[in-house]
Amino acid sequence: MSEPAPRSVDPQGLLRQQVRWRLLETVFWLAVLIPFFATPTYLVLCSQIAIAALFALSLDLIVGYSGLVSLGHAVFFGFGAYTAGLLSAKLGWNEPITGLLAAGFASMLLGLLTSIIVVRISHFALIMVTLGLCLLMFELANQAHDLTGGDDGLQGISISPVLGYFNFDLYGYTAFGYSLAVLFICFLIIRRVINSPFGLSLRGIRENPRRMPAIGSPMRGRLRTVYVMSATFAGIAGGLLAQTTEFVALDALSFQRSAEVLVMLVLGGAGRLYGGLVGAIIFMVARDQLAGLNPQYWYFWLGLLLVLVIIFLPNGILGGIAHLVSRVRAKK
Amino acid sequence: MIARHVSLLFDGFAYGMLLFVLSVGLSVTLGMMNFVNLAHGAFAMIGGYVTVTLMKQAGWPFFATLPIAFLGAAVAAVVLERVLYRRLYRATDLDQSLLTIGIVFMSIAIAAYIFGTTQQPVELPSYLRGRLVVGDFSFGVYRLFLVASALVITALLVVGLDYTRFGAQVRACVDNQRMARGLGLNVDMVFAVTFALGSGLAGLGGAMAIEVVGLDPNFGLKYLVFMLIVVAVGGLASIRGAFFTAAMLGIIDIFSKYYVPQVGSFIIYLVMVGLLVWRPAGLFARAR
Amino acid sequence: MRKLLIGLASVSAAALLGLAPAQAQGTVKIGLIMSYTGQFADLGTMMDTAVKLYVKEHGDTVAGKKIEFVRKDSGAAGSAPDVAKRLAQELIVRDKVDIIAGFSLTPDALATADVLNQAKKAAVIMNAATSIITTRSPFFARTSVPLAAPMGSLGTWAAKNGIKNSYTMVSDYGPGIDSEQAFQAAFKAANGNIVGSVRFPVVSPDFSAFVQRLKDAKSESVFIFVPGGEQPAALGKALAEHGLTPKSMKILASGELTNDEPLRSMGDAAEGIITGWTYTWAHKSALNEKFVKGINEMLKGRNPDQFAVSAYDGMHLIYEALKKTKGNAEGPALIAAMKGMAWESPRGPVSIDPETRDIVQTIYIRRVEKVNGKLQNVEFDKLEKVKDPVKEKMKAEGKLNPDGTVKQ
Repeated sequence: MSEPAPRSVDPQGLLRQQVRWRLLETVFWLAVLIPFFATPTYLVLCSQIAIAALFALSLDLIVGYSGLVSLGHAVFFGFGAYTAGLLSAKLGWNEPITGLLAAGFASMLLGLLTSIIVVRISHFALIMVTLGLCLLMFELANQAHDLTGGDDGLQGISISPVLGYFNFDLYGYTAFGYSLAVLFICFLIIRRVINSPFGLSLRGIRENPRRMPAIGSPMRGRLRTVYVMSATFAGIAGGLLAQTTEFVALDALSFQRSAEVLVMLVLGGAGRLYGGLVGAIIFMVARDQLAGLNPQYWYFWLGLLLVLVIIFLPNGILGGIAHLVSRVRAKK
Repeated sequence: MIARHVSLLFDGFAYGMLLFVLSVGLSVTLGMMNFVNLAHGAFAMIGGYVTVTLMKQAGWPFFATLPIAFLGAAVAAVVLERVLYRRLYRATDLDQSLLTIGIVFMSIAIAAYIFGTTQQPVELPSYLRGRLVVGDFSFGVYRLFLVASALVITALLVVGLDYTRFGAQVRACVDNQRMARGLGLNVDMVFAVTFALGSGLAGLGGAMAIEVVGLDPNFGLKYLVFMLIVVAVGGLASIRGAFFTAAMLGIIDIFSKYYVPQVGSFIIYLVMVGLLVWRPAGLFARAR
Repeated sequence: MRKLLIGLASVSAAALLGLAPAQAQGTVKIGLIMSYTGQFADLGTMMDTAVKLYVKEHGDTVAGKKIEFVRKDSGAAGSAPDVAKRLAQELIVRDKVDIIAGFSLTPDALATADVLNQAKKAAVIMNAATSIITTRSPFFARTSVPLAAPMGSLGTWAAKNGIKNSYTMVSDYGPGIDSEQAFQAAFKAANGNIVGSVRFPVVSPDFSAFVQRLKDAKSESVFIFVPGGEQPAALGKALAEHGLTPKSMKILASGELTNDEPLRSMGDAAEGIITGWTYTWAHKSALNEKFVKGINEMLKGRNPDQFAVSAYDGMHLIYEALKKTKGNAEGPALIAAMKGMAWESPRGPVSIDPETRDIVQTIYIRRVEKVNGKLQNVEFDKLEKVKDPVKEKMKAEGKLNPDGTVKQ
């Protein structure tokens, strides 16, 4: 979908070119509506895929576009989830959209706070520090048993109908519609950011963190900004999960959650806008189907899938496909 | 009072040594070869299952199983290295992580399929159980064994990697592959052997860890975080770093859990974050 | 456009819900949500084996209906309640199950409560053990154990049998905290004295710091709760290494500490540990011997534990309730049939409390002893017909509705 940048000396032109909607993109966004009609009994899964996709998309901002690898992104996801959950459970603030904004805002503040540390380090240390922060938050939430319900999970969330009209139903029509709408809006914003001069400078930092400051691009400031943005969107994703399932558990902050989203992103292809979305769809569908077929040993097949993708499609599914396509074109 | 602190210090040090035997192999593969091997814990699990199976099915004594645990993990590692890992030596960290996480997932299912989901207890010989009482002090015998083993492993590795021809070759291959190749070194071979060594150590660590932390199919994932912490804080590729870090983390962990159990689980993570922000390359990073 | 689509979709959803296709005549579908993988995979193994054993023994047809199972794994990533809830929704809307059963962990069950309320389907909890679960939906019935029952019983028993003071050590999560509170309350109520307490992290590879604290407290006895898995053995060994064996200090615990695997790795140091629990495979009854033999055959010689017996009883409850309703598997009818049901289980007499839908059972006080050279739990005292003390207290305080749910 987003192709490797052509060798252009006209950055404005390049950006203009990328902002334009491609046919394939329109097809993609129409295709995600199909489950409403074709597979109405899979809508709950679809809504959780949309949430995972948003989470992966938020991670892509820092991992794919800025080269900051985080193994603790669940800290923002979970923080958002608990914010949205606590607002409803403890304060009776059940309106979903404002609750979601609050979740994003809370995670944004947390992102602002942690960004001070995060932009100072890189590589392996960065991975471990992000992981450490996430584990700390997990323990904190477990300790604050009276507030969060600890290991039992947060009880008593009850979300009002979306826009005062759409009730959260057993089939998940509202959950999916709501999650998809939020995903789409966030996607539009992220797409715009990526294809702005700011986004271009991020890719510059990813490619060469030494040269960018030299040509006058304030590296740390930019990284902080994108890190906070990423945190915000992750918080919104977490808030969505809390609202659509009306439950929050410690799992939202866990190491597994962090690792899983990274797997989805890399599987789909990092730094490719649609990579996180495709990765989330493939990972979640594969997991659901494999676990359904073989509840005890499905981990084997999921692992095999990851190994095969990496061996045959390096840089993820989209990266691999893009590579194959350019090869075929070159032959012609 | 003194007896209590000696006891805490000893327990902490021994716990650190357990972390060390589990992680030191990762320090070798991740640090020396720059390969993000998240499947390290899976190799440790292989060692564990080798030991359990030999003891249970074949009635081998515990000590006799340890070299086989090392070998079992090393052989499995060489096979995987030849088939999968070598293709990714030049790939990005992310691709390497994904591949090795995939391997961990498969290892979980394979272990559950072959050995079942149950805990695998080892029944140690009685001379490794119980405790040694010296005046006011008493020490767990198995912990003494852990400490002794860790010291021996450290000594062998430091000598082997810093003072032998093979060690020099490894360092040459890692620092400058092209140049090493140009000088006629068999880089592929050196990498394979290094990888086998690192994974063999994991297997040994896994076998020795069962007595303390148990063994089930999730072993590969469960202690991954602790292994990564030791390697990251110690500094990549530093055997001494891994040793001192593991010891320090073990002692800090035990003391904090003793004095402030309410926040006991935080401390190890706080220490890690603090140290890494202070010295991102790790405490004992090699100058590159 | 988008709104229109969603609106359209909601309308069709309403239509679908109203017209939920009638069950194929003659089958009853049971959805099993268990942790088949992950940290608690062994619970899943035990529970699923027991379910299969029950069907093997009692046939797959009851009250003229054929029983079918749909199995779902809730174990991925440890405990993910969002997954458990989704699985429950999918079981109901896609697989059209009539009954849901299983639930390895508390959060999984709690997250599912709303789904049951909406769909009006009966659910049988075969393991999750915190007290509050059954108060969240009138469609829950439980055949495992509310932890507060055995732990409270143990506290009462200890204080009445000459133990004056105790120190409590529990895992720092829901069930651990439940156990700590139940033991302490019962122990104090019988004039026992709690000299100290500590909670350790759920992931705790090394227990020596906590054992050292216990040692310094110089208590006469200790009460321990740890979840299954690798922890019971690790804690048991840490105790032995520090010279704290039942010879020097009375060790009271929940049954997990003295299941087969931890006993084997603790060795003789475990001799004398006292536990208050619902089930041991060494329980003497003809029914239990048959049950143990059945599990032995299916699991290569492994003995059943409380997870297995709870799932076995869960199946029994479902079968008997279906017989009573003549095959009607609708939630309200089935739950009504389950209320008050009493039967002889491999663990002894059990019944379902009609007021709370929770299990009422005998709590055995057991001691680890060597029998024919092997360590096992020997029952030497018991408290009969024990109900969940937490819900009894809620009831007394007027916090429960007549159907056993909590008042909002």
